Amino acid sequence: MTHRLHFTLNGQAISHPCDPDCRVIDLLREQMGLTGTKEGCGTGECGACTILVDGTPKLACLMVAAQLDGKSVETVESLEKSEEGRKILQAFVEHGAVQCGFCTPGMEMASLAMLRSGRPLDRMAIRSGLSGNLCRCTGYVKIVDAVAQACKGTDR
Amino acid sequence: MDTPIRLHHSLARNDGRPKACGAERYAADRYPDPYLWAGALRSGIPCGRILSVDTREAADLPGVFRILTASDVPGTNRQGIVHKDMPVLCEDVVRYCGDPIALVLAEDKAALQQALSRIRFEIEPLPAVCSLDEAMAQGAPLVHADRPDNVLAHALIETGDSAAAFERSDIVVEGSFSTPVQAHAFLETECGVARLEEDGGLFMEVSTQSPFRDRFEIAHALGLSYQNIRIVSPPLGGGFGGKDGATVQCLLGLAALNAGGRWVRMQWDREESFRAGYKRHACRMNYRLGATSDGELVALDARLWYDTGAYAHLGAEVMELGMEHAGGPYRIPNTRIEGWCVYTNEPVAGAMRAFGVCQATFGIESMMDMLAQRLRIDPLSLRIRNALHRGERNCAGVRLETSTGIQPCLETIQAHPLWKTRDEWKRQAPRFRKRGVGVVAVWNAAGYGGGVRDAAIAKIELCDDGTFLVHNAVSDMGQGNSCAFFQIAGHILNQDTSRIAVKQPDTRSAYPSGSSSAGRTTYTYGKALITACERMKARLINRAGLVLFLQDDDGIEMEPGRIVHRPSGREVSLQTLARMMQPEERVILSESLAPTCKDVPKTAKGFFIGFPHVIFGYGAHLVRLEIDERTGEAAIIDYLAVTDGGRVLNPAMFEQQIQGGVAQGLGYALMEDFRTRQGHVITEDFTTYLIPASLDTPDIASIAIEADEEESGPFGMKGIGEVAMNGPLPAVANAVADASGRRICEGPITAERILGLT
Ligand code: FES
Ligand code: FES
Repeated sequence: MTHRLHFTLNGQAISHPCDPDCRVIDLLREQMGLTGTKEGCGTGECGACTILVDGTPKLACLMVAAQLDGKSVETVESLEKSEEGRKILQAFVEHGAVQCGFCTPGMEMASLAMLRSGRPLDRMAIRSGLSGNLCRCTGYVKIVDAVAQACKGTDR
Repeated sequence: MDTPIRLHHSLARNDGRPKACGAERYAADRYPDPYLWAGALRSGIPCGRILSVDTREAADLPGVFRILTASDVPGTNRQGIVHKDMPVLCEDVVRYCGDPIALVLAEDKAALQQALSRIRFEIEPLPAVCSLDEAMAQGAPLVHADRPDNVLAHALIETGDSAAAFERSDIVVEGSFSTPVQAHAFLETECGVARLEEDGGLFMEVSTQSPFRDRFEIAHALGLSYQNIRIVSPPLGGGFGGKDGATVQCLLGLAALNAGGRWVRMQWDREESFRAGYKRHACRMNYRLGATSDGELVALDARLWYDTGAYAHLGAEVMELGMEHAGGPYRIPNTRIEGWCVYTNEPVAGAMRAFGVCQATFGIESMMDMLAQRLRIDPLSLRIRNALHRGERNCAGVRLETSTGIQPCLETIQAHPLWKTRDEWKRQAPRFRKRGVGVVAVWNAAGYGGGVRDAAIAKIELCDDGTFLVHNAVSDMGQGNSCAFFQIAGHILNQDTSRIAVKQPDTRSAYPSGSSSAGRTTYTYGKALITACERMKARLINRAGLVLFLQDDDGIEMEPGRIVHRPSGREVSLQTLARMMQPEERVILSESLAPTCKDVPKTAKGFFIGFPHVIFGYGAHLVRLEIDERTGEAAIIDYLAVTDGGRVLNPAMFEQQIQGGVAQGLGYALMEDFRTRQGHVITEDFTTYLIPASLDTPDIASIAIEADEEESGPFGMKGIGEVAMNGPLPAVANAVADASGRRICEGPITAERILGLT
């Protein structure tokens, strides 16, 4: 059964025919070619598939396409397009928060939501904010460093 | 731009940006259009005889393309790196719950799942051996009929006369230890795509640590000519040893052979990865350590049993490396180290970062603290006093002729405030908390070791546009070797970051350079690359001299994008030069061979390959932790890792590797416990198999000791990918003993064990 979904994807209005029961992660990766969003577990435990839906971090492996109807969706591919996104990208690259890089898109999307919240963030708060995202390579230190830098001076 | 790349600086990784933008393409990101899904039906039982496999009903389902069983496998149907005992598809018996018995090709995932659930099969269960104890019991059923007593390998190392030395020892301490199975838990599960090309060759793009070896594995198992197999290895989403050796390769190859020229894609889900992927060996150890009353180590007796699971994979080699390290980085003149690698009907164990060494390190480093306590010497002084120096013989009797920086590592800890202020810090423990400090000395061999040629062939190319392309031949699983190659090439050729690119392994355009493993990746390929780049430089200077009418090389230098003659200021761009050269003239190949031991002592019996090693990374770790007396929970407060990896090529990447290794080690120390019940996996997702998350991991401080440069290494470096993994488990055990007086000899060190409940 195919439905036409309407949503905003990385700032662009989209009208896409698809099975409403299709997992969002498959929709993004397979159908739209946005393979930046990664699948690490498929069951909501690793955070690799984190995207933002109406600004809130969501797990693309636990959502179906129908849940995106009328919503605004942001994936890692949008980071280069916004000031905040670029800040995060830059910080992750500069601090060496990227090793294999498989957790990175999910980490960055979770970080973006933190950054936008404008809350003051100490290292502990950053660690809490990232606690749903597993990384097997970095030991998290560089990731926390990167987020701390990206969030510096955000006092909205 | 235009600033030449330099070594020994924290250059940002060249792959950082594409990975951070989501633009990097991993094997998991390949969705050829169109493609077939391939998936394996797994036995689900630990041991049994296959009576029948009936695929008819499943084959008739819509969307099912083909179902294959063992009789469809051409070739030997056997895979395995050293011992080829693992079937691609099982013929008559299954030996663990993840054994594959049929392979389905389907148009989509839903059809694949449906077909997998509709294949009828009958397996008559046979008695299984699901632990070391069961496998070693008298008259135990055999996992492989041709392996008496379920022993895959048995080996012995003897130096001096340990029996006599124990007699002479003033103090002897004893202990028994055990370590759990650890899962690699890389975030990108095992995956790849493949198809038959028009010329009949097999093409595969796969998440692999050993693209060149994969060709042999597939060729052997499926009866193909290995020249007809092309493997491409894009960056891996983690590996840690778990993608060293065939995972999806042979199944995927078999699928491609039967897909009528269509693409096939296989990706294990997390559950399948836990069930069928390789694991770290569970290990049991009995230790005795003898010393004089003033703390000089005299004798060691260590017995180690490694559980390899249902198939050999690299079990014997893992055990052997563990044995070679069983005495720690200490001078112990009399040793007797015996090891067994045992088959069970458990998931298959294989390579994992710190290959057999982290088990033995738990044993010896716990023993060192037990000895220090008996001697009433502080545990750090005891270690410094016995630390190996260059020129001395290690516990396997091998004379250390390469850099041996364990003493400066330990002394750095000794001088560090985290150590010096420990008593005061412990006294200030809050109510209901106990504080403890643990130190350990660690080491880990780099390179394959004796009997295996540790070689690489580097290739560098000057492209049409005047930029350089390094054809990397050893996979990058995240450790950053490709950035090291980027840096080496940029440094030697004096180019900036925009003028060097690194292409990931492709067996068609790169040359065999071994696997991404054993801490040898940057070392071995890096050495070959240095000569390739130097020759490239010489060739280009020669060509430029021709163009610029210069009779010798005096004053000709490479600069970003060009070659200049300093005295006259004349120059020629690399692009111009490139266009004047034949394609083959713009390519340089160069090979390297890692050093081997020239004076192999006759101390080891029963070793097949891999003995001895000559280059080791060293480290000393310190942990400060706090135990909640009410819950038993241990919170890591501080962690310091001091490492001797020779001269550091990129300090930031060095730190990343150490922090990552320590974090993985802390998982092993505190929580990771891959469990089975009667051969069935019961930790098959991230809610039952826990790995450290950001809140479980402390800030990890890393200090590099660069005093002792490794002369044989590229720009003085040696591999450190594994050494950090060895520290956390014994360091935590020692800190817990310091805090609570309770020595825990079984990993992981959970709250229940700290409270003494299990
Ligand atoms: S893939 Fe969605 S949480 Fe792991
Ligand atoms: S960088 Fe590999 S999982 Fe995080």
